[in-house]
Amino acid sequence: MALKASTLKVGDTHSERVAENLSRTQIVQYAGASGDYNPLHTDEVYTTQVAGYPSVFAHGMLTMGLTGKMLTNYVGDGRLTTFGVRFTNQVWPGDTLDAKATVAAIREERGQHYVDLTLSTTNQDGKEVVSGSASARVDP
Amino acid sequence: MAKITFPVEASHIMMFARAVGDDNPVYHDAAAAKDTEAGGIIAPPTFVQGVAQFDPDYHLRPKAGEKWFGSGKTASGVEGKPSSSGGLHAEQHYEYHRHIRPGDVLTVETKPGRTWEKESKRAGKLTFRERITEYRDQNGELVITARGVGVTTERPVDQG
Repeated sequence: MALKASTLKVGDTHSERVAENLSRTQIVQYAGASGDYNPLHTDEVYTTQVAGYPSVFAHGMLTMGLTGKMLTNYVGDGRLTTFGVRFTNQVWPGDTLDAKATVAAIREERGQHYVDLTLSTTNQDGKEVVSGSASARVDP
Repeated sequence: MAKITFPVEASHIMMFARAVGDDNPVYHDAAAAKDTEAGGIIAPPTFVQGVAQFDPDYHLRPKAGEKWFGSGKTASGVEGKPSSSGGLHAEQHYEYHRHIRPGDVLTVETKPGRTWEKESKRAGKLTFRERITEYRDQNGELVITARGVGVTTERPVDQG
């Protein structure tokens, strides 16, 4: 099930729907697991009346975690060597997110094969919410 | 910044994986995980963010006997404080030296990195601050290196 350097091609893609109609409850669930209880993510009254946003919004790290699910499903468990993202737009309750990895390079270093990926997660309007990159060990 | 001790527990990994909607058995089912390449339960790639649970001074967690800035009887629990959009997360990067498992006891140290500013049409002046965090295991081995970038905005980000 592991990816193989011999069969990967630059430009190959893998994508998954990682959130559908994202709920406020899932955002709260992430707050509880991660320990980040910032009211901007959990408290609609504070976020709309004090902070001035239209509603609570997802932790960037929730969106990264959702993107990471697509990534580990693609490269396999325990194979990532790097994973980095920029948060380019906020994610709101009700959003549906698609995460995509594209093969940018396949390389070999000291006998170990790696794949370099570019990452993009977009919402239902096609707006990018996360852009990033990752590398993973692959089989020959 | 003080070092934080972060004991990695299977139940925490399970809850974290649930929160990111990931039902991969390698994160919660010890028997199934044993037969995978990982050889046992491992943590999802962004799990170490949960170190916040073990930071005694973490400012984004309500604490007994202290005023909280979210809503209670009024919109802001802290009266007379100016409204603030607070900090937002701009970037996060991880380098994995190995994947962490239940039973690992991590020692976590964060150091400030670069600071820079940028002007934005959507949110005014942006101040970016970088933080480098090293996660070391019980043997002193570097397990994960994280680089986070936070941004404080002059005003809430315009959604137009």
